[in-house]
Amino acid sequence: MNFSFLRFSSITKKIWMSLLGLFLMVFLILHLGINLCLLRKDPTWFNDAAYFMGTNYVIKVFEVILFGGFIFHILVGIILQLRNWRSRPVRYKINPRTDTPFFTKYMIYTGAVVFIFLVIHLMNFYFIKLGWKESPVPSLPNGHPDFYVVARWLFSQPFYTVLYIVFIIVLGVHLYHSFRAAFQSLGLNHKSYNSSIETFGIVYSIVIPLGYILIPIYYLI
Amino acid sequence: MDFTLKIWRQKNAKAKGKFVTYNLKDVSSNCSFLEMLDILNEQLVHQNEEPVVFDTDCREGICGLCSLYINGRPHGPDDAITTCQLHMRKFKDGDIIVVEPWRARPFPVIKDLMVDRTAFDAIIQEGGFISVNTGGAPDANAIIIPKEAAELSMDAAACIGCGACVAACKNASAMLFVSAKVSHFALLPQGKPEAKERVRKMVAKMDELGFGNCTNTFACEVECPKLISVSTIARMNREFLWAKIG
Amino acid sequence: MTELNAKIPEGPLAEKWANYKAHQNLVNPTNKRKLDVIVVGTGLAGASAAASLGELGFTVKNFCYQDSPRRAHSIAAQGGINAAKNYQNDGDSIYRLFYDTIKGGDYRSREGNVYRLAEVSNEIIDHCVAQGVPFAREYSGLLDNRSFGGALVSRTFYARGQTGQQLLLGAYSALSRQIKLGTVKLYNRHEMIELVVIDGKARGIIARDLITGKLERYFGHAVVIATGGYGNVFYLSTNAMGSNASAIWQIFKKGAMFANPCFTQIHPTCIPVHGDYQSKLTLMSESLRNDGRIWVPKNKEDAEKLRKKQIRAKEIKEEDRDYYLERRYPAYGNLVPRDVASRAAKERCDAGYGVGESGFAVYLDFEESIGRLGKYVIEERYGNLFQMYEKIVNENPYENPMMIYPAVHYTMGGIWVDYELMTTIPGLYCLGEANFSDHGANRLGASALMQGLADGYFVLPYTIQNFLSNEIRVPRMSTDRPEFEEAEKSAGDRLSKLMRIKGNKSVDHFHKELGKIMWEYVGMGRNEPGLTKAINLIRILRDDFWKDLRIPGNLDEMNIELEKANRVADFLELAELLALDALERKESCGGHLREEYQTPEGECLRNDKDYMYVAAWEYTGGNNPYKMHKEELKYEEIEVKQRIYK
Ligand SMILES: Cc1cc2nc3c(=O)[nH]c(=O)nc-3n(C[C@H](O)[C@H](O)[C@H](O)COP(=O)(O)OP(=O)(O)OC[C@H]3O[C@@H](n4cnc5c(N)ncnc54)[C@H](O)[C@@H]3O)c2cc1C
Ligand code: HEM
Ligand code: FES
Repeated sequence: MNFSFLRFSSITKKIWMSLLGLFLMVFLILHLGINLCLLRKDPTWFNDAAYFMGTNYVIKVFEVILFGGFIFHILVGIILQLRNWRSRPVRYKINPRTDTPFFTKYMIYTGAVVFIFLVIHLMNFYFIKLGWKESPVPSLPNGHPDFYVVARWLFSQPFYTVLYIVFIIVLGVHLYHSFRAAFQSLGLNHKSYNSSIETFGIVYSIVIPLGYILIPIYYLI
Repeated sequence: MDFTLKIWRQKNAKAKGKFVTYNLKDVSSNCSFLEMLDILNEQLVHQNEEPVVFDTDCREGICGLCSLYINGRPHGPDDAITTCQLHMRKFKDGDIIVVEPWRARPFPVIKDLMVDRTAFDAIIQEGGFISVNTGGAPDANAIIIPKEAAELSMDAAACIGCGACVAACKNASAMLFVSAKVSHFALLPQGKPEAKERVRKMVAKMDELGFGNCTNTFACEVECPKLISVSTIARMNREFLWAKIG
Repeated sequence: MTELNAKIPEGPLAEKWANYKAHQNLVNPTNKRKLDVIVVGTGLAGASAAASLGELGFTVKNFCYQDSPRRAHSIAAQGGINAAKNYQNDGDSIYRLFYDTIKGGDYRSREGNVYRLAEVSNEIIDHCVAQGVPFAREYSGLLDNRSFGGALVSRTFYARGQTGQQLLLGAYSALSRQIKLGTVKLYNRHEMIELVVIDGKARGIIARDLITGKLERYFGHAVVIATGGYGNVFYLSTNAMGSNASAIWQIFKKGAMFANPCFTQIHPTCIPVHGDYQSKLTLMSESLRNDGRIWVPKNKEDAEKLRKKQIRAKEIKEEDRDYYLERRYPAYGNLVPRDVASRAAKERCDAGYGVGESGFAVYLDFEESIGRLGKYVIEERYGNLFQMYEKIVNENPYENPMMIYPAVHYTMGGIWVDYELMTTIPGLYCLGEANFSDHGANRLGASALMQGLADGYFVLPYTIQNFLSNEIRVPRMSTDRPEFEEAEKSAGDRLSKLMRIKGNKSVDHFHKELGKIMWEYVGMGRNEPGLTKAINLIRILRDDFWKDLRIPGNLDEMNIELEKANRVADFLELAELLALDALERKESCGGHLREEYQTPEGECLRNDKDYMYVAAWEYTGGNNPYKMHKEELKYEEIEVKQRIYK
């Protein structure tokens, strides 16, 4: 593997980070769209969508980009963070009391939580698809895993449901700061559209996670 | 007013430092923070102890020398000021005040509260200028500069290079400082010809010196005594992107 | 010492500088690299000189005591810089700027130098704009101007209230570029404490590395001193904490003459003193007088109540206010020159009309202009100054008038230099506020920045070549030479002597005491008994200093008390010369008011017959160490008149 990106300047890394982050945010919308099909009593929409996502070649290409995006976003995030920790070898006795938005300081931690969720999530669905893992429920007649039932099965376990909700909230927190930050990193900061960006970011980081959370809640009631 | 001061004392760059506690009584509330330290130093001299070393010169918030991290905030508990403009009326009688030097890898401590900020000069030397030699400039009004551009440029140029942005940033990032200089020139027609090279070189130097990266917490903007906006950072990112792909 | 020769070039005034440049000697490009120039100071004068010399190809060594060249005290200049551009079409010209400067200086400066200053003023603006200095602009995109004291035209260029900062950052950027290119080597946190003279020429300096405490030797084919003014001899001034006279005092002791030390400027608009812990005074830019009106109450009872805070300034009715500047000087009004405005404030306060707790303050009121222009306009023009005021005084100047009082601000006097800016030691130059050249007995606002940059960008880089062209055969000298050794030893001895006193009092104690003496007897109003007394008091204080000073710590490490002590030791000597010069000048002119010589209305009474000269002091050592030489001033272009601003 070529590690030359390690030598990229800090701003180049940031630009990649935000581009990939924004790309992931678009993906989250798409993913939510599919997930909302779970709300239907009839499993065909969801399973069709899952089937389409699993077989279409365009989507397969995107899948690679998506995985690459995740890996890169995470890797660069970690690299930047390691450097940031090193840039102040002697810490302050009194922690900074500068008034800044609370969650902005914890991106790496919220990111890490999202990462853990991602792994669990992949294990639950993607591994089955790849055949690395036995599906806990019977497959569909066409041989593909029945993700509709998998999802319902998972949400029927309270532990998983709570975990899922917590993770999604953390993701929301990650996104809450991310959106505005990504624009800033890309050099888009202008007083005439800053507030729109900010509002959009807030709306996105509330609506999307709410959408995801809606599903287990819906099942509960 | 009476105060308990916990001050970082460090003999020299190599020595190990520690906090030393001092009690100070009957300080006027109109006294500036540095004048309060002057009073402390006067007392130390009388006890034949070495006075607390800190950087200061102009004492009116413009030279950028004073640099104290007071109770968790660069330049202390007030906005839009430098330490020398901080007054004791911002504290309560009996307060405990912890005073630390700026902390960042590129700002090593020289003695007590004095740090070495020549890293900033090194960044400017990379490209913080317009390559014009003395003599031969065209008439000052030959190139018209829209008032708005001049004003924005001045907003950025107001930076005093104190380093509060680095001190405040959880990543010890120098983005606000560097972007202020990049923006100052990028906004002027005179600065355009060298804009790409300038931003590339200055950013490379900033990275090389060991400053951290920006994670958009915007603490720098809050602590900047000259209220320089993080929009300068966005401008620098934009300039940088252009320099790479444009 | 022989006759002082100012070396003014021949020819009509307007052609002198062109003539000089046409006939001077230059150094060829390949030789420039072989010539070392030491520049001490990185203010407007020093940084611009070092950068320009570097651009020309000389090998430059540049020194400052701060951590970065950008922090020189020029950074603090607020108001602006003059130039004879006549962009406002209000009748300005090089001649008028020249005339105003000579008149403002109360006819105590040289025609030749001042004319050249006015001539190059326009180039400075051009150059600074090319460097990216963000001067204020009008909506048209053209440069804006404001008015300053002592002029009937608008010729002051400005960058908000931070003109000095922006100009200095311009010079600093040019300097940084040269540092990167390797033509200039920077020695920050280094303080010059001794000059090295070899065979009658200035050839180097001894500097103390303020971090390690070590003394270091530096060689230069020529040495340029641009270390700023000596206003801190008054302790409280608008200068920086570190501003000092050590470099100029040491060259004075090595043979450079000191001219007109008593010409010091008291600036009328500073924030009044508020306590004895105070470490410095803050200037409120002169530009405020464009829109602010100065007044005190007409009735003493009102003043009394104001001092006791029983009433507020707003409650004083319009007809009970005395706008004394507008009353006394209707033509210039609030924009009279600084010396006039300061004296008028002192007069009112001494007469019992002063306000503020101490009674030593007058009002600078913006109520009328806020009403006329709106708060927004005032905020745009002076926002940062108002903020600065509020932070210090804890009062909102948009609502209550500002309180101001005069404070020591600038020193017109300084090292004597000729037309080439060379001192009486060959190869030794002096620029900026450190020299005496252009401002006579009083400096007009916005002309120090102009002078510093003129000296550094446009004068010295030429004139120094006239000297250096004869030095091309001189190889770089070793700093092991006995002259270096001796200079280092004498500097080292002085410092160890300070360390050995081991008395009981701190440096600040002595500095404050000195300040009190100077302000009381050598400040705004001076008279013979007072000055005589001051000289005595200074001597007593100096003796005490050398007996009872205490410096903790060691010689060979960073020692801030030692740094201060060394500076104060020099101030204690300079103070005496300053008072002596004031005593000798038995006339009032510009910033120098001898109470014995006033008109019945309290205006300066100049004595052109006996005192139209520059008093250049020579250091002779011994018990009466100071000897005066006179450089007669001749006015060929200008008719010498009484200075009237009525
Ligand atoms: C508050 C204030 C406001 C002002 N406003 C205006 C204005 O609006 N318009 C105007 O025209 N003028 C103004 N002036 C005056 C003007 O700013 C100064 O006269 C001018 O900037 C002096 O420049 P300089 O280069 O001579 O010295 P400085 O800028 O004082 O620089 C001195 C340099 O010498 C160095 N130095 C000093 N001593 C030593 C030593 N012993 N060894 C080594 N280095 C040393 C210092 O480090 C520094 O780099 C103002 C002055 C003050 C104080
Ligand atoms: C669906 C998942 C994710 C999305 C949509 C996402 C999106 C984003 C976006 C848009 C940014 C803003 C970039 C910027 O500041 O310029 C960001 C920042 C960040 N992300 Fe993620 N992210 C995701 C997952 C992760 C994961 C798994 C990690 C890993 C550990 C992570 C770590 C970070 C860090 C550390 C930052 C801060 C970077 C900085 O501001 O310098 N993210 N993210
Ligand atoms: S001492 Fe100059 S900014 Fe504080």
